Amino acid sequence: MEEKTISRGGISLGDIPVWSWLVAALLLLAFFMIMSSSGGLLAPYIGQLAGATDYLHEFAHDGRHLLGVPCH
Amino acid sequence: MIATLLRRGLLAGLLAGLLAGGFAFVLGEPTIDQSIELEQMASDGHGHSHGEEGGEEEPFSRTGQKVGLFFATGLFGVTSGGIFGLAFAYFRDRLQAASEWGRSLSLAGAGFLAIFLIPFLKYPANPPTVGDPETIGVRTTAYFALMALSLAVVIGGWAAARALRRRGMGTPARQALVVAGCAIVVATAFALLPASPDAGEFPAGLLWEFRMSSLGTQAVFWIGLGGAFGLLGERAARKRADA
Repeated sequence: MEEKTISRGGISLGDIPVWSWLVAALLLLAFFMIMSSSGGLLAPYIGQLAGATDYLHEFAHDGRHLLGVPCH
Repeated sequence: MIATLLRRGLLAGLLAGLLAGGFAFVLGEPTIDQSIELEQMASDGHGHSHGEEGGEEEPFSRTGQKVGLFFATGLFGVTSGGIFGLAFAYFRDRLQAASEWGRSLSLAGAGFLAIFLIPFLKYPANPPTVGDPETIGVRTTAYFALMALSLAVVIGGWAAARALRRRGMGTPARQALVVAGCAIVVATAFALLPASPDAGEFPAGLLWEFRMSSLGTQAVFWIGLGGAFGLLGERAARKRADA
């Protein structure tokens, strides 16, 4: 039983494996892609791809409004 | 163990996101439709896209955007749920609640407060047409900055309460001190950050309805996430006990 290895105080931050930090970063990136206002803001960083995120932006339009993120 | 919690979080988040999408579809979409109608009537063409609007070419029809609603809440659910699962790995043995169910719900409650409710009090959700498109960059930055700050305040408040409890401070004094400290930080941030956009001529009743449906959508999501994650955890605990 894996859980026995966890001490009563819980795992410390150092015990969290690297892969889970990477997963967290990826999830966070996806979170901001869907929740942030516009692909246009990303254009300087990802160039042509910004057009595709604009598409995504329009598709997710109603969801973003109702989830409470500034939209336009 | 962390991989299990991550998987559980992704699954619970997807379910909760779709559930919140259903709520938003039934109670939120009518208010968005009405806002867009108002926008079309005013039609000064300040040019953000809402399907079927005269002149501009729109990538998605309103029907398409309603399908997109579930895509958006589902993806919001999966990403938040995954991070929730990873966070749970850290907080699990540090939370006061005695069961998986109780721990999951208390972490979800903290998430609702930090990720949604505190930012919402300063920057309530706005329907289409409210807000000047020129200022969207500033508003988005301010919103996410406030989200990060409220997350830091909730975690900081929790850590402070824990440290004070270990030092043997009594419950009333500890809770009053921590809540007051958090309130001061949040109030200062509210005062310093740029103001929320003016709704102008937008009908107050419709604005209120829209904001309540937004609040409801997020509440359904976090209750769904905490509940589904808690149930999955309880089931796994029972299986371990039987084995």
